[in-house]
Amino acid sequence: MAGLTGRMSTVVKAKVSKLLDRAEDPAETLDYSYQKQVEQLQNVKKGIADVVTAKKRLQMQETSLQQSVVKLDTQARQALSAGNEDLARTALERKNVAQTELQGLDTQVGELEDQQQKLTDSEQKLRAKIEAFRTKKEVIKAQYSAAEAQVRISEAATGVGEQMADVGLAMQRAVDKTENMKARADAVSELEAAGTFDDITALGAGEDDIDRQLKQLSSQPAVDNELAKMKGELGDGDAAQIAAGAAEAPAPEQAPPAGEGQEASESGAT
Amino acid sequence: MIVRISGEDQYRLADSDAERVQGLESALAAVVEGGREDRFDDALRALLDYVRTHGSPVADDELEGSDLILPPSDVTFEEASREFTGEGLIPD
Repeated sequence: MAGLTGRMSTVVKAKVSKLLDRAEDPAETLDYSYQKQVEQLQNVKKGIADVVTAKKRLQMQETSLQQSVVKLDTQARQALSAGNEDLARTALERKNVAQTELQGLDTQVGELEDQQQKLTDSEQKLRAKIEAFRTKKEVIKAQYSAAEAQVRISEAATGVGEQMADVGLAMQRAVDKTENMKARADAVSELEAAGTFDDITALGAGEDDIDRQLKQLSSQPAVDNELAKMKGELGDGDAAQIAAGAAEAPAPEQAPPAGEGQEASESGAT
Repeated sequence: MIVRISGEDQYRLADSDAERVQGLESALAAVVEGGREDRFDDALRALLDYVRTHGSPVADDELEGSDLILPPSDVTFEEASREFTGEGLIPD
């Protein structure tokens, strides 16, 4: 992969040679270089903090969505028990969308955790290299003539410069990923703001815009399945009642010969 | 030779390993240039695993430049392809 190898080496060499160009005084170059490294280390810390902030935001949304899922599930059951299948379906559609968003958030929180870990590892490595550079620069200042120092500085700066470029790459990738996460978090916020996961009891009788959109967003087969399953579960109670009712109800019908006669005679008597 | 796996570590390998590393790297480059996304993961893993198992990590406090810098293990085919078309992975 000559492309990547070549480019990264070129970036590091260019940075080191730029550094050496301004190296009239080796001691000054070393101190300047060290100062830049410490600044980079601060940037990495800030990068880690940004990732943590993004992760926390997603985690808060997860908690809120989890509550919505529980609430909507309960409301669907209540609606179904009350015989309002349309309302139950609406609640399940909302629940379905909330669950889909939850799964997406879960994956992304995991990815951000990976990024956080990678950046933390990178920061530790860079810190160790910078510490080594700090020691080395004092040795170079004390022991070498300006001409010799040039070579030593170049070596040390390349070693630490490569680590800085590598951390730079890790940061860039973390920033890209975090931006993607922000986009998703914003999308979830928009759904929340639109009342997508709101209490369905707050709904009027008519189907509103949200519901029409939800029908498109949610997976209808999944909603159908869940509705059927819920009916079955509730049905264990209801079905028992129905079965009990059925056992009783047909009885009079099954006895029409006797009943009919009786009824006829009764009605006749009145 | 010293090989860096980006985002991971620097490894010190025996000079006798250099040819094999170059071979695996060329194979990976061929996969990317040929647009063979289906072979990308295997080729990348073969290269990185070889370096990890045959090399020993360079200490964090050693200041050494690398002879070869390899992409991070989670580089995507898309990112690697972009690299060849010049946009590049390394921020300026």
